[in-house]
Amino acid sequence: MNLRKSYPEQPERIYFFGTCLIDILYPEAGLAGMQLIRREGVDVIYPLNQTCCGQPAWNSGYRDEAREVAAAQMACFPEDYPIVVPSGSCAGMLRQHYPALFAGTPQQDAAQAFSERVFELTEFLSRVLKIKLNDLGKPVKVALHVSCSARREMGVANEHQSLLQQLSNVELVEQERKEECCGFGGTFAVKHAQISAAMVEEKATALVASGADALVSGDCGCLLNIAGHLEYRKAQLPGSHIASFLWERTNAAEG
Amino acid sequence: MQQKVEFHDRAGKALHNPQIRSNFRYAMDGLMLKRLRSFPDLDELNRLRLRSAEIRANALARLPELLEQLEARCRENGIQVHWAETAEQANEIVLGIMNRHGAKLLIKGKSMVSEEMELNHYLEQHGIECLESDLGEYILQLAGEPPSHIVAPAIHKSRQQVAQLFKEKFPDIPYSDDVDTLTRNARDILRRKFYEAPVGLSGVNFAVAETGTICLVENEGNGRMCTTIPPVHIAVTGIEKVVEKLSDVPPLLSILPRSATGQHITTYFNMISSPRKPDEKDGPDEVHLLLLDNGRSHIYKDAELIATLRCIRCGACMNHCPVYARIGGHAYGTTIPGPIGSILEPQKAGLDQLGELATASTLCGACGEVCPVRIPIPELLNRLRFERVRQDHTGATRGQGGQRDPWEARIWKAWSWVHANPMLYRLSMRMATGLRWLLPNRLGPWTSVRTAPRPAAKSLHTLAREKGFDHE
Amino acid sequence: MSEARTNILRRLSAGKPHFAAPAAATRVPLARWDVPGRIDQFRNKMESVRAEVHVTVRDRWPDLLKSLVTEKQLSNLLYAPNGPLGETLSQAWRKEDPSPLICRNEAVDEWKEELFFNIGGAITAARWGIAETGSLVLWPTTEEPRSFSLVPPVHIAVLEAKDIYDTFADLVEQQNWHLCMPTNALLISGPSKTADIEQTLAYGVHGPIELIIIVIT
Repeated sequence: MNLRKSYPEQPERIYFFGTCLIDILYPEAGLAGMQLIRREGVDVIYPLNQTCCGQPAWNSGYRDEAREVAAAQMACFPEDYPIVVPSGSCAGMLRQHYPALFAGTPQQDAAQAFSERVFELTEFLSRVLKIKLNDLGKPVKVALHVSCSARREMGVANEHQSLLQQLSNVELVEQERKEECCGFGGTFAVKHAQISAAMVEEKATALVASGADALVSGDCGCLLNIAGHLEYRKAQLPGSHIASFLWERTNAAEG
Repeated sequence: MQQKVEFHDRAGKALHNPQIRSNFRYAMDGLMLKRLRSFPDLDELNRLRLRSAEIRANALARLPELLEQLEARCRENGIQVHWAETAEQANEIVLGIMNRHGAKLLIKGKSMVSEEMELNHYLEQHGIECLESDLGEYILQLAGEPPSHIVAPAIHKSRQQVAQLFKEKFPDIPYSDDVDTLTRNARDILRRKFYEAPVGLSGVNFAVAETGTICLVENEGNGRMCTTIPPVHIAVTGIEKVVEKLSDVPPLLSILPRSATGQHITTYFNMISSPRKPDEKDGPDEVHLLLLDNGRSHIYKDAELIATLRCIRCGACMNHCPVYARIGGHAYGTTIPGPIGSILEPQKAGLDQLGELATASTLCGACGEVCPVRIPIPELLNRLRFERVRQDHTGATRGQGGQRDPWEARIWKAWSWVHANPMLYRLSMRMATGLRWLLPNRLGPWTSVRTAPRPAAKSLHTLAREKGFDHE
Repeated sequence: MSEARTNILRRLSAGKPHFAAPAAATRVPLARWDVPGRIDQFRNKMESVRAEVHVTVRDRWPDLLKSLVTEKQLSNLLYAPNGPLGETLSQAWRKEDPSPLICRNEAVDEWKEELFFNIGGAITAARWGIAETGSLVLWPTTEEPRSFSLVPPVHIAVLEAKDIYDTFADLVEQQNWHLCMPTNALLISGPSKTADIEQTLAYGVHGPIELIIIVIT
C-alpha cells in the first residue's frame, strides 16, 4: 500500500474531484468540502468535465471500460495541483488503483504521477491545511462510520476522528464493531443483495444502540446504504457527510 | 451458472437461520479479539508479516527446485515420496498403500487436502473406513457434514447441537452438553481407534526442503497419535507448502497460531523427519509424503495470482470477513471457504464454475489487513473479477471469460461511454435532477431494505458554478 | 520416477513466473531475558495453558516428584531406567515398597494395550525449553520413546533451567538443527486441549490431560 508519510505545505490552489455519487445525490457535501478549503485561503478549482473515477467498472472486472473513464478524468486535471476528493473510496481508486489500471499502457507514468497528487478530504484538511475548527453548533452525540477504503486503503480513520474531536460540542460515541464494513461494496449491494441487507441491518442496529443523534461518514456510498436503511426502518438517526457536518457546524452564516 | 444459483441459495438459507447467524457471529467476534490480543506490539506484527511473506514468496519463487530437494532429503531419510497431479491420482495412491497393508481402517488427523481429495468418500467406496480424530472433524463426520471453517471445522454447531448428536449416535453414553464431558467422551471413543488403526493420515503445515522434515501444528494430540502409533503414516500436502530452510520455520510458527486462534503457540509442534529407525521403540515403520498438485501449478504461472499459494491456512481472513461471518463456511460450497477460498477455489475449479465467489465480497480489505503472509486478497478478488469477464483468452486462469454476461457487458459499455463523454454525462445529470420526482421508489433489490436514493435538485456541477468556483 | 512428478515439475518450471526471490530479509527482533526472567517467562506461559510448573534445586527434585505422584494418585509411573533420569529415579524409590515406577524395554508394539489402558503417568527428560512461548522441546530417544509424552494421561517432564532458550529461533540456530534432525522433534506447550466446541477450551482431549514440569535450577 501507498500510505503517505509526509505532507506538502499549504498550496495556493487545488483541484476538487467531486465524485459521481456526490454530484447527483449529495452535492451539498461536495460544496461544503470546497467551501471548507476555500475558507482556509486556498483557491478551489472544480473542473467541469469530471464525471466518475471509474471504480464501479474496475471493481466489476470491466477494466477497459474503467480505463476509458479514468483516462478522461486524468485529462481534467492537467496542472500540478493537489487533487482533493471527498471520499475514501474514490480517493483510493485514484490514488491506489490508477497505477495498476494503467500498468503496461503508455499512460503508466502519467497515472503514477496523477495518483501521487490525490488526497482524501479529511487528510487534506487536517494534514495539509492543519485546519482549526470552531464549533458553533449545539451539543450533539455523533457516531462516525469510517468507510473501509478510508480506513484501510487510505489510512485516514484518525483524520476523520480528529476533525470531529476538534468540535467542542460534539460528543463522539462508539458503535459496536465500528470497523466492520456496512455492506455497500458498490455493485455488491445489488449482486449479493441478501448478504448486503444482513450487513447493513446489523450496522444500523449498532448505530442506533450507540445512542448517537447523528451519523457522520466520509463516504457517500456508505451513507446511501446505512442512512437509506435507517430511513427505511424509520429510525431517527439522520446521516450526513463529514464535509457537510463540519461546514454546517463551523460556518457562522449557516451554522 | 448453476454454481451461482447454488451459492445464492445456500447464502440465503444461512442468512435466514438464526442459529447459524449467532454461532458464527459469536465465534468470529471471539477469534478476532483473541488475535488482536496476541499481537500487542504492532511493529513486531508488521515485521513478522513481512518476514513471513518473504519466506513464502521465496519458497514459491524456487518451488520446482525446492520440491526436488524436499523429495531427495525425504528419500535419504527413508520417507517415501509420491506425486499426484489430480485428487483422483492422490486417492489411488492412498488406496494403494492401504491395500498393500491389507488395512481396513484409516485414522485421520486434520487435513484440508484430504477434504479437497474427498478421500473419505473415495476410500469408503473401496470398503475402507476412515475415521476423523480431530474433535471438530469427528463431530462433523458423525453429522455427515463438511467443515465450515478450516481451523475450527465445527464452529457452526452449538454445544447443544453437539450434545444432541452424541446422544443420537451413542445412546449408551448419558446425555451431557457440558464441553468437558463431551470432550472426555470423544477421548474414550477414539482412544481405542488409535490403538487399533493400522494406518494414520495427517496434513502438513510446512515441509522443509533443507532437511526433509514434515511439520505439523496441533492442539489435541490426535495429530501426534496418527503420526506415532499406527505402523504406517501418510502425510498429504499441496505442493505449495514447502519452505526452503529450517530457519524459515520459527517465524511462521510464531505468526500462524496467533493469526489463527490468538494462541501464542499450539500445544504441539511436531516435526517428523524419518520413519522409525532400527533402534527406536515406537513410531511408524513407513512414512509416506504425498505431494498433490490439483491445479496449483496452473495458479503458479501468473506473477500476480501466485500470491494465492503463499497461504498458510490460518483462517484469519475468514475470521475477519463480514460476509463469511454472515453466511458461514458451507454457503461457499468449496473445500476452503471465506476470502482465501474465494480466490483459491475459482482458480482451481475454473472461473466458469466458481467465478461468482470472487464477487461475493465488498472488498472491505479486512482479509488483506490480517493475512500473516500479506496475500493481497482484495486485489486478487478484483483481478479474478476481471478474468471472469474478459474476452481475450490469455490462458492466465482456468475458465477465463466464462462468466461474461453479454447484457452486463453492454451496460458497462454504455456506462463507460456516458462517463468518458462529459457533455453526455452532464446531459444525463440534468435529466436526472430535472426529472427526480419521476424516478421510481422501488429499485429492485436495493429498496428491499432501503429507501430509494433521490437525486438532488441541482448537481454539484451546477452548485459549484453558482457559488463561484472556477472550472479551470 | 512417476509421470505425475515429471508433469508437475515440467509445468512449474515452464510456468515459473518472472520474479526474483525477495532479497533482503526483514529482521524481526527476538525477545531477550536474563536468567531469572527467562524462567519466569517460561513458567508464566506454561501456566497460562494450564501446565503445572515446579522450580526446584537439583537435590530436591526426587522428593518433589514423590510428593507429586502421591498428590496425583498415580497408579504407576512409566520411566526409562537407562534414560537420563533413570538412575536418580531408581534411587528415589529404592527404600520404599511398593514403588510406582514401571519400565518396559520392548518396542511399544509389544505392550501397546498396557500403554494405552493401564499406565497412569510417564516421566521423561526435556532436552530444551523455550521461554518465549513456554515450550518443552523433546527429541524422543530409544530409551524415552515418543509415546511416553503422548499416551498416558499424565506427563511429567524434567527440564534443566540452563537448557531454556529465549526463543525457538535461537534454539534451532545455536544447536544447528539443520544438520542433525532426529526422527521426531517435538515442541510441547501445555496439556492436550481443544476449542472445537463453541470455542470453549477443554483439556485432555487425546494427549495428556495433565502436564507437570519440574525445572531444575
